[in-house]
Amino acid sequence: MIDLEHVLVVGALLFSIGLFVAVSRRNAVGVLMGIELMLNSVNLNLVGFARFVESPRPIDGQVFTVFVITVAAAEAAVALALAVAIYRYRQSIDVDRLNLLKW
Amino acid sequence: MDEPAVIVAFWVLAVLTLGSALMVAVVRDLIHAVLFLILSFVGVAGLYITLSADFVAVVQVLIYAGAVSVLMLFAILLTPRSARDNAPVPYSAPLSALAGLIGAVIIFVAVQTDWAKAGDDGRFQTTASEIGRALLNPYVLPFEVASVLLVIAMVGAIVLVRPASEEEGA
Repeated sequence: MIDLEHVLVVGALLFSIGLFVAVSRRNAVGVLMGIELMLNSVNLNLVGFARFVESPRPIDGQVFTVFVITVAAAEAAVALALAVAIYRYRQSIDVDRLNLLKW
Repeated sequence: MDEPAVIVAFWVLAVLTLGSALMVAVVRDLIHAVLFLILSFVGVAGLYITLSADFVAVVQVLIYAGAVSVLMLFAILLTPRSARDNAPVPYSAPLSALAGLIGAVIIFVAVQTDWAKAGDDGRFQTTASEIGRALLNPYVLPFEVASVLLVIAMVGAIVLVRPASEEEGA
């Protein structure tokens, strides 16, 4: 029997893997990959809550998931466009070397 | 939802998802990392199906496994002279400890909390029509805001990647 805790544990493991990827990559695309993994784990938790938790409108969790996926797609498009634009100026998307704002 | 096949499928898909997510962190080539990321997205879509969320699973495959990963591949291919390797920063051991600590805290809270669970089994029969109704009745305003956000993101992405030589520079 699948229970809510099993879904939440899988989501938490996926979130921590995504967090590690997001904070430890040098390439900006790698950072974005970690962020997408974290968003996926949050979506998994929302779908799990929609499936198992008592609620007057149980479909709401899946509606939130659809919104999160929409915003994540917009975010990915803008972030990758930023990476390409930065590459055009600096010939690099190494986030350790993007210190233009540091004085 | 009590059939053993569903339970086996859930755990197999969970192991597949977590394993390919780990491979994203481990593998050296960035292209291979994106391919493992696609595998992880497909695994999450399978988990949605075992949780009786069929519409969300289809959306996951379309948008994540289809669009976002192709966008990432294009971004990698458009930045050829930057480092292709997926190497972590040198001080990655404390970062992995931090991520593991946060994951442990989340797991502890998730297991300890007394969730108000519904008793019934097999929650949803069809979800697409219910999601459509919910998008148009209580969630009209967020739905419209999401469409405006998509337009803004699309225009912004086009402006950002426009060649700088056209007028005053993008």
